[in-house]
Amino acid sequence: MLILECPYCGVKAEETELHGGGQAHIKRETVGSDDDAFEHYLFTRANPRGVHLERWRHANGCGKWFHAARDTTTLEVFGTYPAQTFEPPKDIIDAITAKRPDWSFKNWQGAT
Amino acid sequence: MSNAVSALQGATSEGFATITEAGLRGMITLRGDLSSAKLKKAVKSTAGVDVPAQRACNSAGDKAVAWMSPDELLVMVPYADVVDATTRIAKALEGEHALAVNVSDARAVFTIEGAGAREVLAKLSPVDLSREAFTTGMFRRTRLAQAAVAFWMRDETTFELVCFRSEAQYVFDVLSMSARTGSEVGFL
Ligand SMILES: [Zn+2]
Repeated sequence: MLILECPYCGVKAEETELHGGGQAHIKRETVGSDDDAFEHYLFTRANPRGVHLERWRHANGCGKWFHAARDTTTLEVFGTYPAQTFEPPKDIIDAITAKRPDWSFKNWQGAT
Repeated sequence: MSNAVSALQGATSEGFATITEAGLRGMITLRGDLSSAKLKKAVKSTAGVDVPAQRACNSAGDKAVAWMSPDELLVMVPYADVVDATTRIAKALEGEHALAVNVSDARAVFTIEGAGAREVLAKLSPVDLSREAFTTGMFRRTRLAQAAVAFWMRDETTFELVCFRSEAQYVFDVLSMSARTGSEVGFL
């Protein structure tokens, strides 16, 4: 059972209150992008075995979208953070690298 | 003028807790900046209570205000007053980035009463309803079996619950089933 704390309402929500929204921090291609970039944006996703940054929605709750950092293998949760950001805040990166010293946001972003 | 009726017109069921469809209630969805002085004043003058803290419901008599999210409140007033109240709030918030909508007829309200009220909800929602964790005045949006709902505690043995009107029968049935005599778990 996955439990994520919603950063907006503070509820420690279990999985059935939440709706997964896939990989976080995707650069959205738009007018002027070429076909390859657009295809990459639409279809190519990282699928790491280990640390992952995801979007989740507190669907059966306050309704807000937020971000979560967790390990897809162990289900360990490093933390959750608000949606209004392009990258994880320092405390989340610190929580991840404390356990996974080799992890970096840059490498994670380059995984697709 | 049409004759407004609530979804289940006061249906009740008796078990180890009593489930009652509470009839018509005025409900206003208010979105805006909850720290705005104008909004705070409009809420206070409409419902007679302050803007509630996170996940709380402030009630006084037949009025209440519940915290729905960081930018949303549910303002409850008697059904007969809701059209006026919505207009007054909207007028008070002119010039602010805010929205007040009368959602009364889109919702159904239930009360769950009795010593076993906590247990009726605990069987159906992923919420810690122990006496230590869930106390009077707390408000929680969650799911009840398969329906999206919100409930709050009026006093130690009374919960109120709102859901979408279209799901009223399902919610009534599932609450009644959870409260069936003989199905007490006795854990809470
Ligand atoms: Zn939430």
